[in-house]
Amino acid sequence: MNNFQPDERGYWGEFGGRFVPETLMSPIEELTDAYFAVRDDADFQTEFLNLLQDFSGRPTPLFYAKRLSERLGGAKIYLKREDLSHTGSHKINNAVGQILLARRMGKKRIIAETGAGQHGVATATVCALFGLECVVYMGTEDMRRQSLNVFRMRLLGAEVRGVDAGAKTLKDAINEALRDWVTNVDSTYYLLGSALGPHPYPLMVRDFQSVIGREARQQILEKENRLPDVLVACVGGGSNSIGLFHPFLADEAVRMIGVEAGGKGNNLGEHAARFNKAGGGKIGVLQGTKSYLLQNDDGQIALTHSISAGLDYASVGPEHAFLQSIGRVEYAMATDDEALEAFQMLSETEGIIPALESSHGIAHAVKIASEMPPDAIMIVNLSGRGDKDVDQVQEMLGK
Amino acid sequence: MNRLEVEFKKLKSEKRGGFIPFIVAGDPNLATTKDLILLLAESGASVIELGVPFSDPVADGVTIQAAAERALRNRIGVKDVLKIVGEVRAEGCETPIILFSYFNPILQFRLEKFASEMKTVGADGVLITDLVPEEAGDFQRILAGKDLALIMLAAPTSSNERLKKICEKASGFVYAVSRAGVTGARNEMSSEAENLVKRLRQFTDLPIAVGFGISTAAQMEEVCRYADAAVVGSAIVKEIERTPESSEVAENVRRFVKDLLPNEFSATNLH
Repeated sequence: MNNFQPDERGYWGEFGGRFVPETLMSPIEELTDAYFAVRDDADFQTEFLNLLQDFSGRPTPLFYAKRLSERLGGAKIYLKREDLSHTGSHKINNAVGQILLARRMGKKRIIAETGAGQHGVATATVCALFGLECVVYMGTEDMRRQSLNVFRMRLLGAEVRGVDAGAKTLKDAINEALRDWVTNVDSTYYLLGSALGPHPYPLMVRDFQSVIGREARQQILEKENRLPDVLVACVGGGSNSIGLFHPFLADEAVRMIGVEAGGKGNNLGEHAARFNKAGGGKIGVLQGTKSYLLQNDDGQIALTHSISAGLDYASVGPEHAFLQSIGRVEYAMATDDEALEAFQMLSETEGIIPALESSHGIAHAVKIASEMPPDAIMIVNLSGRGDKDVDQVQEMLGK
Repeated sequence: MNRLEVEFKKLKSEKRGGFIPFIVAGDPNLATTKDLILLLAESGASVIELGVPFSDPVADGVTIQAAAERALRNRIGVKDVLKIVGEVRAEGCETPIILFSYFNPILQFRLEKFASEMKTVGADGVLITDLVPEEAGDFQRILAGKDLALIMLAAPTSSNERLKKICEKASGFVYAVSRAGVTGARNEMSSEAENLVKRLRQFTDLPIAVGFGISTAAQMEEVCRYADAAVVGSAIVKEIERTPESSEVAENVRRFVKDLLPNEFSATNLH
């Protein structure tokens, strides 16, 4: 048995499942049937890969970050350049896959949630490409932090609806998208952006994002003639990381580290590190799936904090919860300050401005690279570019 | 027979439809909630649905979302909701009370502890908005072991195959959601509700209540032509919301319920 596939009910071990209002169950069953019909369909997969190539610019390069590696004085650091994808992050991979599915299902109206705005931009982009109506839900705090992405979505013809509930961030945007879906089930396709939510979303998003790891595996074999020693990626919902990790899971010698947002402290509300048990991470059910959640003793979901909107979320994809529980993937944290430092370091040493989300992965690479021998190989997923973050960083650095 | 069975049997013998009001525990505060339960019980409620507030109520519209936020500002949790049920039972209230919650607060309280405390305080059943039959197995067995009802939701989008699964897990009554969407008052009842109730009758002999969108006496009357009871939630919560003085909440809700239950509603409307 392959432990890395969910069972029929969408469970990896005890994580996953479907915890949704009954109204959504028939559309979710319809989606599952439609997805499994295309999952092994050669025509669909060809259409998907062709569009990634011609529209999105794949494969993305695997770049040896020589000056960064030398500066840290340890492992050879390679960057998987998802930042060079069309729209500026890995989010386009999943958006392309799901929009092709939505078209096959005959859906005319697409809804999505977004945190940093990267998934919203990717969804607005593929909707423009196919002439479909697009509504994106976004917390008003995230709209403030990521105003450039709000404008991009509107340029692409999407309607951006601000969500004022809770902390006004990603979780609240997902709630509102679910409420829209439950109200408009017949016409609407919910294009969920991370490896989260009820089955089949965590599986489907992981499948579409696994193109990252498949390419990286082939590229590193070409460049180094061997597998890497360690993979590092940031984990918000967990789509870029699971996309990089999944094709390597069976390679037991490859160590994998997911990096969560350590925020500005270890108290509940100061971070978004769900696997940080001392910081309030416990198993629970939120937004359709059973996983680790930041919550209080009453089971109320906690507010979270991260410098990066894309990691600022109280739950994590169920497959990550499973991989953590069996010890296959390690999970670490990078704080706001460490991410900000890494943001500047990569900009200065390599001429690449990373997204604040991806900067968490870089920050962890900075921590561990020097402890590794010079012939060790590390791949860090550079999940997105940082153009969207420069205003915010400028404000924080007071420059 | 448990309280729910007694109540629905009585409604049937009197040939009338039941009235199921919904309020959120702790909105605007626990003392008022207690007054409201006693008031609703005296004012003709067949079953009272008591909402456990949750931070992320995806099945709820703006009215109940706001009520949950008010309750959470008072830091109301599962244990407070259970406590208040115990208190109204101590005052002699025998109206069936069911708890309405999302799954996570119950899961954190622990399913077995929750069921055993429900039994202790005198709650009769529980309805979990995000627990579909595929995920309800363990909880259903725990509740059944204590003769507590698990009220399952059915939706117009549910296939007959799903309705069968839902009815297999359900006890107490089945809650038919009148339309696709979140909770909240609507001007017109959807025709889907009647069709759903008809489909459900093929799979269960349990009573069927219709909820989502019901706010007027006319809508209740219409629903009770084909269903056994009508749930009124957001409309009552709205009365609470628009009453700034908590001392006046009970009086306003009393007036609202009186309009909702004109005399002709009892006794004449059969299905």
